[in-house]
Amino acid sequence: MESVLGIHEAALSFRARRMEVLAANLANADTPHYQARDLTFSAVLDERMSAARHLAVTDQRHIQIDPLASRETLQYRMPHQPSLDGNTVEADLELARYAENAVSYQASLLFASGKISQMRTALTGSR
Amino acid sequence: MGTFSTFDIAGSALSAQSLRLNLTASNLANMHNVAGDPAAVYRARQAVFQAARDPFGSVLAGVDVLGVIESETPPVERYDPGNPQANEDGVVYASSVNAMEEMANMISASRSYQSNLEVINTAKDLLLRTLSLGQV
Repeated sequence: MESVLGIHEAALSFRARRMEVLAANLANADTPHYQARDLTFSAVLDERMSAARHLAVTDQRHIQIDPLASRETLQYRMPHQPSLDGNTVEADLELARYAENAVSYQASLLFASGKISQMRTALTGSR
Repeated sequence: MGTFSTFDIAGSALSAQSLRLNLTASNLANMHNVAGDPAAVYRARQAVFQAARDPFGSVLAGVDVLGVIESETPPVERYDPGNPQANEDGVVYASSVNAMEEMANMISASRSYQSNLEVINTAKDLLLRTLSLGQV
């Protein structure tokens, strides 16, 4: 199925993960000393590309590392207006990013379902 | 961390913020309490939040309520011999709850509650759409 959905499957898992990260930021909007974090698309892409370069799986006992699961791609946010209690969450900006991420998720879903209906058309012909 | 951890994260924030809202209500309700003994008078209560750690070592976290602390502000001393709660010197101690502070806290808690609710609603919509992926 992965080859049918192509890159959209990976894009969906990135968006789902980012949704969790942004939800964690919003949940801790009133927690002192909480540092807001985010995933950047390019960081995940870089990690995935370098993983593809360096960690070749040549044996079936080798373990694949999922770049989305590692901590290194999570980066700390630089706040525009730091607050005195050390919290770097800016709730309105986080909400805006969350909405943007949700729209991108829906776009990936749309592409994926387009792929599926393409396959269905190919299988059933013009009937 | 599964697909539904967004719900856990935002849900923990909902319960934390509603506790904060309840504490504000309690503080405002007891704002005019008096007592003859300074130790017995009502003190403002505030919730202390902390980022919760997932037991499986994930960096993502909801929010935990560490506890509820009582304000250290001393009660206001007032001479009021007609009050039935006055001590032998005719002094009553009034609670030092600051109404402005409580209102600001209430607005902040209610806004945070709203934004977390929005997070849950959006996540629910997206997951329902994902479940119906490929259906005609």
